[in-house]
Amino acid sequence: MRELTKAIQETAQKLLQDKEVELVVGFAEGSLPLRNTPCFIRQPEEAQRLVWGYGCENNLATYLRKRPEKLAVVAKGCDSRSIVELIKENQINREKLVIIGVPCQGMIDRKKVTRLLAGRELLEAEVKDGQVVLKGKGYSEAVPREQLLHDSCLTCQHPNPVLFDIMLGEPVPVKEADSFGDLASFEAKAPAEKRAYLIQELSRCIRCYACRQACPMCFCEECFADCSMPQWLSKSSLNVQDNVFFQAVRALHLAGRCVDCGACDRACPTSIDLRTLTHKMVKDVQELFGYTAGVSLEEKPPLAAPLSSSTLNHF
Amino acid sequence: MLLLNKDQVTNWLNKLMQTCQVFAPVKEGDYFCFKQISSCDQVILNYNNTRVPPKEVLFPRSEKLFCYRCENDGVQLTEQIDESKKIIIGLRPCDAKSLLLLDNVFSSDKYQDPYYLTRRNNTVLVGLGCNQPAGTCFCTSLGGSPFSTEGLDLLLVDIGDQYVVEVLTERGRALLSGMELPAADQEAQEAARMVKEGASLSSQVNLEGLKSRLDVNFYDPIWDLIHEKCLGCAACTYTCPTCHCFDIVDEAAGNEGCRIRNWDACMFPLFTLHGSGHNPRPTGKERFRQRVMHKFKYFVDNFNAIACVGCGRCIINCPVNLDIREVLAEIQGSEVRSDNQ
Repeated sequence: MRELTKAIQETAQKLLQDKEVELVVGFAEGSLPLRNTPCFIRQPEEAQRLVWGYGCENNLATYLRKRPEKLAVVAKGCDSRSIVELIKENQINREKLVIIGVPCQGMIDRKKVTRLLAGRELLEAEVKDGQVVLKGKGYSEAVPREQLLHDSCLTCQHPNPVLFDIMLGEPVPVKEADSFGDLASFEAKAPAEKRAYLIQELSRCIRCYACRQACPMCFCEECFADCSMPQWLSKSSLNVQDNVFFQAVRALHLAGRCVDCGACDRACPTSIDLRTLTHKMVKDVQELFGYTAGVSLEEKPPLAAPLSSSTLNHF
Repeated sequence: MLLLNKDQVTNWLNKLMQTCQVFAPVKEGDYFCFKQISSCDQVILNYNNTRVPPKEVLFPRSEKLFCYRCENDGVQLTEQIDESKKIIIGLRPCDAKSLLLLDNVFSSDKYQDPYYLTRRNNTVLVGLGCNQPAGTCFCTSLGGSPFSTEGLDLLLVDIGDQYVVEVLTERGRALLSGMELPAADQEAQEAARMVKEGASLSSQVNLEGLKSRLDVNFYDPIWDLIHEKCLGCAACTYTCPTCHCFDIVDEAAGNEGCRIRNWDACMFPLFTLHGSGHNPRPTGKERFRQRVMHKFKYFVDNFNAIACVGCGRCIINCPVNLDIREVLAEIQGSEVRSDNQ
């Protein structure tokens, strides 16, 4: 991590010094344990604020759409895949973007930490030798890092950036293919049970739209949830059905575009399980169209391309 | 000061539930929220704080103001005023303070909001002092404290197997009628004192001179950059105990419908979008500035109080860790450039 941090700082500094870019988007130290925060660097001497850690959980591609200036971004695997899709959707001008690729070992899920600590507050944390040492008032506990990674990181097939101009560090080994094991229990449910599960989860929705705003692919100029003429869904949360409808449409709108970065799921302040929906969509798109979002600049998005005969056979 | 054994709490709540709606912290998923309870088993008083503040009991995320139905001989209107008696048990002193701030908005010389005020006047507040404030708490910087009694009817101080109960109002005293609680003895009072002393806050913000800076820095370049990582969601606003902006919509089908009040957030583009298509707050810069200004300047101008209680929810819930403590420090550290220069 320390070497990667140093490499990111040096790279950013050089890009800014040489005036190759006006801005570098990366991560800085956050204000909470195990948390890094997006940061925007414009002066070479500020590059030392950049860091790499286990809390670089945001998908920075969300900041790159329709930028006027030439800029660089620190991208892990999922960020790079969103960038690929955004280039295909004409939201990012490839010529004006320098991608600083960083191999990713997975990010730590603070919800898992909260669950593990069962009410004890986390005041400090340190990650070393595959262990996360969690510290608070009167306790210090070491937990294997794997146990605390985001579910989306555990099944991630592209921890190394798929598109980059500069690659830092050594590529990390790629895990076995995603078996979508986490979806088994959801898929086994009868339709009424699935519905009941979604209603239970989305009864906590306060319509803050953090999920939508954190998603790099949610960039409609006017989200259907905000339309008033016609009004597609109620603005109120009196009826949970409307919350379910919002998430269901959001997930469908991400078909073939979602890279399973988990940004929406992490952003939710009420911890609604959003990834079951998005991950299921990723699986369905793979099965129906043989398409994995964000891995190739050439392959046409499945919903924007004519169906091949092999795809048609699925239906 | 009275003494309440923890094993008496169930009994007490059962009694209260017979005559009132009782709202208490319950666990939902990994976190806590205030819910109307139907059984005492749900209540967890050993909690840090809820994700969504208890303001939602008095000012719900969505509420029907009235419903209407067009009939042959005119329109039939039914106003929806919630007159039920409520008790909120276990709210933190910061959240109690937030309700005093909200009162300024919903009850003034110019306007009395019957929906909020009816609930407010029918709600008794039983606070729970904070033995262990979180690292993100900064209530003392805003004039609060972990055991502040401001705005409460009763305050519970957890001293282990018992609560020392501070009776603050007659309404609070009435809640305890029939319980015949003994007075807190010397030992219990001493224990409460120790607990209060031990509750220290590690986090502070410097508000000195902030208002006078905000009075003149509306056009300061600091606003160009300070919002940059903000995603424009309402995680901060909707989990803030003092944010109170709302939107009113009619939801109708056929010849009937309801007028509904929903929470709204200054972080959304739609918040200020005019019918003409013009938006006076077109980007994140203006929206984020509004959030800071409303809390730390406009509210002060209007009500002589800061619209923040230091509960730290916005810090915990922000998806990009945009920390209000850092934002304020940055404004405080910036060079003062008067807008008039």
